[in-house]
Amino acid sequence: MSEPLLETHDLAIGYQSRSTTRRVVVASINLRLEAGELVCLLGPNGAGKSTLLRTLAGMQAPLQGQIQIMGTDLYRLSPIDRARRLGVVLTDRAEVGALSVRALVALGRYPYTDWAGRLTAADEICIDQALAAVGATALALRLFGQLSDGERQKALIARALAQEPNLLLLDEPTAFLDWPRRVEIMGILRRLARESGRAVLLSTHDLDLALRGADRLWLLPPGGPIRAGMPEELVLDGAFQAVFESAGVEFDSHGGHFKVHNPARGCVDLTGQGLPALWTGRALEREGFIVNGPDGPRSALHIEVHNQSGQPIWRLRHAETWQDYPTLSQAMSGVKACFFPAIAG
Amino acid sequence: MPIGSAPSYNGSRQIATLGGLALALLAAFVFSLALGSIHIPLSEIVTILTGGESAKASWSHIVLTFRLPKAITAVLAGAALAVSGLQMQTLFRNPLADPFILGISAGASLGVALVVLSTGAATGFLSSVGLFGDLGLIMAAVSGAAAVTGLVMLIAQRMQQAMTLLLLGLMMAYATGAVVSILIYFSVPEQIQAYIAWTFGSFGGVTRRQLGILAPVIGAGLLLAGLLTKPLNALLMGEAYAQSMGVNVRQVRFWLIAGTSVLAGAVTAFCGPIAFLGVAVPHLCRSLFNTSDHRILVPASMLMGGLIALLADVIAAVPGSQAILPLNAVTALLGAPVVMWIILRRDNVRAAFAT
Repeated sequence: MSEPLLETHDLAIGYQSRSTTRRVVVASINLRLEAGELVCLLGPNGAGKSTLLRTLAGMQAPLQGQIQIMGTDLYRLSPIDRARRLGVVLTDRAEVGALSVRALVALGRYPYTDWAGRLTAADEICIDQALAAVGATALALRLFGQLSDGERQKALIARALAQEPNLLLLDEPTAFLDWPRRVEIMGILRRLARESGRAVLLSTHDLDLALRGADRLWLLPPGGPIRAGMPEELVLDGAFQAVFESAGVEFDSHGGHFKVHNPARGCVDLTGQGLPALWTGRALEREGFIVNGPDGPRSALHIEVHNQSGQPIWRLRHAETWQDYPTLSQAMSGVKACFFPAIAG
Repeated sequence: MPIGSAPSYNGSRQIATLGGLALALLAAFVFSLALGSIHIPLSEIVTILTGGESAKASWSHIVLTFRLPKAITAVLAGAALAVSGLQMQTLFRNPLADPFILGISAGASLGVALVVLSTGAATGFLSSVGLFGDLGLIMAAVSGAAAVTGLVMLIAQRMQQAMTLLLLGLMMAYATGAVVSILIYFSVPEQIQAYIAWTFGSFGGVTRRQLGILAPVIGAGLLLAGLLTKPLNALLMGEAYAQSMGVNVRQVRFWLIAGTSVLAGAVTAFCGPIAFLGVAVPHLCRSLFNTSDHRILVPASMLMGGLIALLADVIAAVPGSQAILPLNAVTALLGAPVVMWIILRRDNVRAAFAT
């Protein structure tokens, strides 16, 4: 195995207030980050993801243990040397005043420029490359304050890239973004790790994206211990489920996502084809009904989804009487009326 | 502001605007020498400044002994207050921050109040401090400002968060204000008047000899501000990001506070607690140059601060009359509406310090 970019030895992270009281959030952390890999740090709120990231970024001294970055103790590096190896994107909603995106990215050249911050031709090229790498070249002359959340995130990643770091740390870079933007940012980060031989570590709550996009996961349950591994392996041995499952939430190992688990209210037979039938099934599950397919056991309530000249129609059979409903919401009211006549009134 | 009109990054237009500002400052400087209770023609001013003989000997005396030191003081004080205000606004990421946010003027006020209000008639000191701009007042203000500054610096070295300092400065101002009002309560009207006169602020009390102290001190403070433009730009993103870019945040914070203390302390000691300039000029410059880049804002604040201080001083002297208005009243009364208008029109504070 090659020399890792980052390695922790028996690391304990947490908070030290005064000299006597210390609050250890997670202890005995032994992790490695290799060149070219994208790692997602996952864990429930309050488990210490941000604390770990801040500690790895050199912003919060560890309570115990060591962090080696390319063979050197992180906390012995000068601020400039650290900035040349490590770029960060924080969760703080960055406000920089009236700076263009290009000027913001240029701030990333801080560890390389002279005392006045003058940019050389090489610096300018590096800024162009950083902007191009995240697809933000067209944003260069816009004011940072006028960007959308997704564009801001790109600009901030470009700024970190301008430091030419070996390691990129991002604290929840996909928070506040809509789904297409999340996928886009993950794609950018993945490419950055693959193509440039950097290591990218990000914390996220997007379990689905992390499972699909990360080379490895770091799973941080509250109080530790932290688990590292391939996403698929962590799902197969149950570690992934153990960290996130709680009352009412259940991991669907087939679909690779979490489902809201409601106590069963009854059984419904469902027959029919196509999307209307599929989404009828989801509506029933959401309401807490167990849905029997065409081959399943029979129950007292039966729903058939028909196609009537291009329009779906819902036929309910209950106690040997048939009733038709033109919309799904009316059909659902009908279902509830069968089970709970008093409530539905 | 339309989205497309972002400031050009290497703006030659900004350099041109800086040049225009410098010319305006020069013009205001010469103009201010001509104005006063005795009108002296502009051509004579130029003659006197270039070392020639003026038509009347008294004119040379008036310009060189009174008006020139006053104008130079105004430019230096304006530049000092504007730059230190800019530094504090960036360090604390707070649009309301000014040079006195750390309690420097409160400290100076306390020093002056202690001297003016507590000495009493017995020592005979009162008669000497009654004269505006006397060395006794200056010494008192310097020691008061230095005491507060020293305390703040001591705390600043131990603090993790800059925000804590902001609160400490505020509390310090309350505490010293309380002491001052107790002193005022037990003072006779003459003493109170002498103290109030100091709080009005004035550029006129600085003699040529004192200028020999004030000028190099302010020069050093401004030079330090020039050296700190790079970390100041990094601090725009906040201390955490600045640190991640390689800024030694603690060290930079120390030097920023030291520079601000020297600049604001010196101005307060020699000219009184001059409000408004420090908070307003940085906003004017951000509006005018449409940027937060300190490589532009630091020189721009120096020029703009000097210019506005000169104009305020000219207006305070009420050209064509013998009356002299309190400088602090003029800066705020005339300046505040202008700044309000500019800020509301451009929506710039929101852009620079969005919450």
